[in-house]
Amino acid sequence: MDIDMSLVDWSRAQFALTAMYHWIFVPLTLGMTFMIAIMETIYVRTGKEEWKRITKFWGKLFGINFAIGVATGIILEFEFGTNWSNYSWFVGDIFGAPLAIEGIMAFFMESTFIAIMFFGWNKVSKKFHLTSTWLVAIGANLSALWILVANAWMQSPVGTVFNPDMARNEMVNFWEVLFSPVAINKFLHTISNGYVVSAIFIIGVSAWFLLKKRNIVFAKKSILVAATFGLVTSIFLALTGDGSAYEVAQKQPMKLAAMEGLYDGKTEAGLVVVGALTPGKEAGDDKDAYIFKIEVPKMLSWLGYRSGDAFVPGVNDLVYGNEEQGLISAEEKIERGKVAVQTLTEYKTAKDEGDMETLAQLSPLFDRETSEGQEFYENYFRYFGYGYLNAPGDIIPNVPMVFYSFHIMVGLGFFFILFFFLVLWFTVKNKIDSKKWLLRLSLLTMPLAFIASQAGWIVAEVGRQPWVIQDLMPTVAAVTRLDASAVQLTFVLFAIIFTTLLVAEISIMVKAIKTGPKENEGGK
Amino acid sequence: MFETLSHLALQQYWWALVSVLGGALVFLLFVQGGQSLIYTIGKVDSTRTMVVNTLGRKWEFTFTTLVTFGGAFFASFPLFYSTSFGGAYWLWMLILSTFILQAVAYEYRKKPKNVFGTRTFDWFLFLNGFIGTVSLGVAVGTLFTGGNFIHDQMNFTLWANSYHGLEAFANPTNLALGLAVFFLARMVALLYFLKTISDTEIIMRSKKHMWINAPLFLVFFLAFLGLAFLSEGFAYDPATGVVFMEKYKYLNNFIEMPIIGILFVLGVLFVLLGIYRTLFCFEKCSDRTIWPVGIGVFVVVTTLLMSLGYNNTVFYPSIANIQDGLTIENASSSKFTLTVMSYVSLLVPFVAAYIIHAWRAINNKKITKEEMDDKSDSHIY
Ligand code: HDD
Ligand code: HEM
Ligand code: HEM
Repeated sequence: MDIDMSLVDWSRAQFALTAMYHWIFVPLTLGMTFMIAIMETIYVRTGKEEWKRITKFWGKLFGINFAIGVATGIILEFEFGTNWSNYSWFVGDIFGAPLAIEGIMAFFMESTFIAIMFFGWNKVSKKFHLTSTWLVAIGANLSALWILVANAWMQSPVGTVFNPDMARNEMVNFWEVLFSPVAINKFLHTISNGYVVSAIFIIGVSAWFLLKKRNIVFAKKSILVAATFGLVTSIFLALTGDGSAYEVAQKQPMKLAAMEGLYDGKTEAGLVVVGALTPGKEAGDDKDAYIFKIEVPKMLSWLGYRSGDAFVPGVNDLVYGNEEQGLISAEEKIERGKVAVQTLTEYKTAKDEGDMETLAQLSPLFDRETSEGQEFYENYFRYFGYGYLNAPGDIIPNVPMVFYSFHIMVGLGFFFILFFFLVLWFTVKNKIDSKKWLLRLSLLTMPLAFIASQAGWIVAEVGRQPWVIQDLMPTVAAVTRLDASAVQLTFVLFAIIFTTLLVAEISIMVKAIKTGPKENEGGK
Repeated sequence: MFETLSHLALQQYWWALVSVLGGALVFLLFVQGGQSLIYTIGKVDSTRTMVVNTLGRKWEFTFTTLVTFGGAFFASFPLFYSTSFGGAYWLWMLILSTFILQAVAYEYRKKPKNVFGTRTFDWFLFLNGFIGTVSLGVAVGTLFTGGNFIHDQMNFTLWANSYHGLEAFANPTNLALGLAVFFLARMVALLYFLKTISDTEIIMRSKKHMWINAPLFLVFFLAFLGLAFLSEGFAYDPATGVVFMEKYKYLNNFIEMPIIGILFVLGVLFVLLGIYRTLFCFEKCSDRTIWPVGIGVFVVVTTLLMSLGYNNTVFYPSIANIQDGLTIENASSSKFTLTVMSYVSLLVPFVAAYIIHAWRAINNKKITKEEMDDKSDSHIY
């Protein structure tokens, strides 16, 4: 295929840009709505006005964040069509459904009850208002569910068959798509990411008040809610992260190899805790992959296969094959993929020309109910996507990027657990305001939360390359055929718009925080 | 229950749903219409605040309807999604970028330290109100006039020119529809102000501007109908799928599908009735003329879209290669996916019910100056 590579790169860059901007705001939406709902519940239960003030203050910050989250989301949704139109056709039969369900089920719920949450204080009963706040939280988390189901399906396509007449994949089992283990882990890991980021945000802002010796009671109460919530969810985050890594090992061994910088596969593989990769290391050369590393023995084998002496394939095994372990080489897969693509082309041509004989001969190959079809699938068609690749090395993602992102995420994950523990400990002991170092650390932890969160997506998405749909469709084949200059222009346009809006958002947010909860905000 | 339906019946059902969403979307575009009138109706800061706030409590609905409209189209007719969005790239990018600006504008316009100042954010609202509505109308117009796409063997889209959708603005039919949608949105916005704001100056100005926007809407809408009805339309033979041109196709659709035709005419009459009552007997006929107009708009747009999907009509014709045109049969999802999605669609009445309930809870009192000045307990833009 004659595809301009700079078009592909710009399209990827544009998607990455919009997704990463979206992902600055979404974690806060996911988590803050829950904490606000908890705070409002305390208010309704106790009737104490100060809890209403707390609820409304965080509600205001949420509103500022929400607006820009929505602004970045709409572009993402339509970008599947505008920039990945071949993809939208090839897998739209499966992929469109979660997106539509998200709109019908989640976005409407969120936007309807947000109206009550913002404008309803004087207009509806306390109970109705509280219910609405909870529904906003549920709606936000439901929207995460459906988009993540869609994303999980790209990492591990299940519940589908290929239809040669339409030249696309079609869904045959909805529940398999919804309840795929990748989807479940991804959903749980990602929403707990949102909770952790929000808890850190609330602690950080409250710590600032304590350092300034303002709104002390308000800040301590907020910290108590956030630290409790954060400690529980950060432990859950680590557990579901482990679940995600296990799924990656099963479904995307190349991604796992990249996460760990593992070039030569081995049994009893250790998990690198800290390490640095040798710059310029390529698959197949004999450089040592690491400048240095500290490992936990057997841990990677355990993480990936739940057994300390399991074999973990490395980059080289996946590219060059490893007969002993039954792994075939990328070159072989590419050849088989090309046969699959060629067969499909013959089929389509025969169809266009009305060549019934060829059609009758080829159509059983695409029907997995027949034994020929099953055989063709096992030997050729499952490598269909490889048919679009040129060289075996194409199957390797950017190893350093994935490796460092992964280690930053995991390292910070354990740090956050410790952090929440300390904050909660001193809050319960009522000593938090005298621990200046911890309050300053809280401020510092805020950006770290966002870094960990973005890093996680880099692992997931960059690690998936060159696939847009694992093994089925490479990114090069998915892209809309536009002029690279057109995408360059929209990239720059979005970069400017989003950055400008982000600047405004941060400035407004900082001002709102400095103003603090209003004394009269509790209202009548 | 949906399993027993044929693939064609499911395609028709989903075309109806997409049409209904389209009808709701065009009605809800009053938010955009209103955004183009903020400085026309609100001459001073206090009245402007009222206008912005009555719209600001609803903008999310329009936005979410647009997103859901996109999502539903993707799930039910993915070939349309990939063809139109990927092909008419610049047209959609134009529309979407104005919606980004809108999404932050309400929340940020009056916040302290918003960097760019209230005026800039109000400009964003205006841009969305003007460009957003006109371009959406133009995009819908291409369902009648066609796009420049071809499909290869894999059904991947190629666009036959480098304007990528911008050429649609040069077509008079599209442009007439675009402007009709714009003035329609403004007209409904004026009626919405009359319904929800209690302020004599705003009432007076809104009535005055009805005299400008209602006639302009009628002119462009009739121009669009004339151009569409009198032109050749794209039809196909259901047995072979072959596309051909048919004289007066878009008019014939309403005649050959009389229920849709009658509903369409009734919708138009409702709109006219609402306009008449606002212009000529506002005091006596009360402030509720948004009802007939709103219902009328919804019905007119829904039936107009429906007519494109049924009666062997090509709903998104290709002018680059007419045989590549999209029909509800060749562009839809598989039977299985449509069945699954049909179960999901059972949620729609439930969703509509809670939206109406919440909408009324917020709208039960008219907006007044006093409410806008009371900063203690509400979310004021
Ligand atoms: C605050 C953020 C944060 C923290 C501290 C962690 N994660 Fe994470 N991680 C995410 C935020 C995140 C994320 C942004 O939510 C990702 C991106 C895609 C996804 O599914 O979740 C993710 C992805 C992700 C993936 C890739 C999944 C895929 O490719 O589909 C793995 C293997 C892990 N995580 C593992 C872990 C482990 C073992 C952690 C140890 C504590 C951990 N994460 C902490
Ligand atoms: C890359 C794919 C994504 C697309 C296409 C997408 C699409 C969208 C759209 C269109 C909106 C605006 C909805 C409205 O009208 O209210 C939105 C908002 C939202 N999205 Fe995304 N989104 C993506 C990724 C994610 C992820 C990964 C999550 C969560 C895990 C998420 C969670 C949310 C939430 C909670 C909102 C509500 C408002 C907010 O952003 O603050 N989205 N998204
Ligand atoms: C909101 C959190 C997300 C972030 C931060 C994110 C990040 C990224 C990044 C960095 C890339 C570029 C990868 C590369 O080309 O090397 C990318 C590509 C992409 N992502 Fe995501 N992603 C997110 C969520 C999602 C979701 C939920 C989906 C699908 C439902 C998705 C679908 C895609 C697609 C289609 C591409 C383009 C093709 C490709 O490069 O593979 N992303 N994303």
